[in-house]
Amino acid sequence: MARIGVDEWVAESDQRTEGYRGRASPLVAAWDRVPPAARILLLAVGLAVFPLTTGSDFVLRVGINTLLLAILALGLNVVVGWAGLLDLGYIAFYGFGAYTYALLSSEQLGIHLPTPLAVLIVLVACALLGLLLGLPSRRLLGDYLAIVTLFFGQIFVELVVNLDAVTGGPSGIAGVDPFVLLGFEFLTPRDYYYLTAGAAVIVTLVLYLIGESRTGRAWRAVREDPLAAEMMTMPVNLLKLKAFALGSAIAGLAGSIFAAVQIGVFPRNFETPFLILIYAAVILGGAGSLAGAILGAVVVSVSLELLRDADQATVLFYGLLLAGLLARVRPWRKLAAVLGGTIALGLALHAIAAAVWPEAVAGTPQATGALGDALDAWLVLPEGATTAGNIGFVVLVAAIILFTQVRERTRTLLLVPVIYLAAFVWEARLVQEPSVTRQLLLGALLVVVMISRPRGLLGSERKEIV
Amino acid sequence: MTLLRLDHVTTFYGQIRILEDLCIDVGAGELVCLLGGNASGKSTTLKTALGLVRPRSGRVELDGEDVTDRPASYRISKGMAIVPENRRLFAPMTVLENLELGGYLADGDREQALDRVYGLFPRLHERRTQLAGTLSGGEQQMLAMGRALMSEPKLLLMDEPSMGLAPVLVEQNFEIIAQVNETGMAVLVVEQNANMSLAIADRGYVLQTGRIALADSAAALLQSEDLKKAYLGR
Repeated sequence: MARIGVDEWVAESDQRTEGYRGRASPLVAAWDRVPPAARILLLAVGLAVFPLTTGSDFVLRVGINTLLLAILALGLNVVVGWAGLLDLGYIAFYGFGAYTYALLSSEQLGIHLPTPLAVLIVLVACALLGLLLGLPSRRLLGDYLAIVTLFFGQIFVELVVNLDAVTGGPSGIAGVDPFVLLGFEFLTPRDYYYLTAGAAVIVTLVLYLIGESRTGRAWRAVREDPLAAEMMTMPVNLLKLKAFALGSAIAGLAGSIFAAVQIGVFPRNFETPFLILIYAAVILGGAGSLAGAILGAVVVSVSLELLRDADQATVLFYGLLLAGLLARVRPWRKLAAVLGGTIALGLALHAIAAAVWPEAVAGTPQATGALGDALDAWLVLPEGATTAGNIGFVVLVAAIILFTQVRERTRTLLLVPVIYLAAFVWEARLVQEPSVTRQLLLGALLVVVMISRPRGLLGSERKEIV
Repeated sequence: MTLLRLDHVTTFYGQIRILEDLCIDVGAGELVCLLGGNASGKSTTLKTALGLVRPRSGRVELDGEDVTDRPASYRISKGMAIVPENRRLFAPMTVLENLELGGYLADGDREQALDRVYGLFPRLHERRTQLAGTLSGGEQQMLAMGRALMSEPKLLLMDEPSMGLAPVLVEQNFEIIAQVNETGMAVLVVEQNANMSLAIADRGYVLQTGRIALADSAAALLQSEDLKKAYLGR
């Protein structure tokens, strides 16, 4: 960046001042005024009250998974958000923790340690493994560190799959003991929900205190400028090792809970796709922010869960489409034109297709009820339109890329057919493959959030010193 | 008493000799400036003094102790502090946090060190909750100095304090340096701006292609015709 004169610097000072921007800013501003102690209390009370609203084990399981993801995101936030170390092997510590707990509490090695001791060993072992990975990596920066740690993660999965004698190979370890704390045996999803919630609150509290301590400050300084930190006599390498160890121990804690909840561990639980979800949670929430990591985990986990069911996914899809239009298309006249145009286009195409070639409208949309009936009368959808759907998908991607490149006027015109095509592709193809669609939609969600809030939901704006 | 002494120091970057047989002294409480044009070896001298670069021959002494083979962190803990080129503040952190990080290793009374810095720079106290990246250029320079002073050093190294500042602020900046020096702290200023530096300094060295071309009292250097020659070449 070019250096500019100081007078200009002073004149532009306002623009560099941290401010609240974007549509969600009043919410973020309000959140920033809540004192930290009250935030953690709010988290604890919210987590404690949530199970009272449901009797469903499924919902509680989703809750457990969300909380585990939140704990992992909090741990990753220490390494990535605070210390600024791009650790792509983080998932291995989660796996290592889960496997260590499983080995210490199952018939695999015939060991059944008391839970507190087993968890303590897991924490220490994970922290040590973190140090071990940190030792050769502490001098590596950015991309180089990312590559080394990525391989570390891969090696972990390979080892687990191939060390059959200890780890049970691809079939994993089954029959892991439940947690027993102070004589209470954790058995039901409700028990584990409260256990995980307690762990999440404690991790948040501990991380808050560390984040405000000398070490927490030093981590952020090292992230901003390692050389300047060194000149302030901060032991940069030691600080990096500390971040690795703390992050790993937190992942190990989540791992041991996971092993007990699942009553088993399998290599597939610890592969890269799940790592991407943890990263998605941290980045979506805003790297460096504790509340952001938790919020990010909730958004990622809950949206993935909602997208699992085709009906819910469809409602979510059309809902997001409509919400996007409402938020982005201005003025109201234009919005009305786009919506009206889309509906008219559909009805017209449907009427023509039904008259000329009835097979073209023989398919039924996935959605049921009023939405399903409406779609049936609006969308040209042949029976089993897999090939058409595939072609439509490619055309849709091309159309969206084209859409971002053309001028405002053309864009408005293009909007109507693009929406219609998106609906067609959704019904013909995407909704048939929920597992793929979930990832696609989560990706789209991430892109949209990152465009509107580049530092994540609760991340603060970064400033450059010129 | 001599605080910092570079004794016949020769420094290489790979095959290229940067400093040749350099001797520099900074006494307790002195304000010394090291002048020179581009590529004269000013920054390398500072890096050698700090321990970021090791000399091929010669010795570096700090407060009478031979620190030639000691790392930068050791030298800093023994009473050096540096205000780096371009200031290098931690931009997204507050003024207070920046100051606290400056005293990272200091075992002295933190509140007392803070009070001392705030006393010198009341503006920093006023802005203590503001993010460093939002300060004006002059305030950033104050913060960079304040941060260095938090470790209560005996010797302050300053790398190009006038760089990138408007003339008015450069003047203000040198006043601040003189003020810090008046509290009894030794300062070594590395600068291109000869007139400004010599106006506040006790003594000056002029570097030319890695050798000391001139060494004299500041007043004498200001009068010297050789200074212009050293700067502009023969």
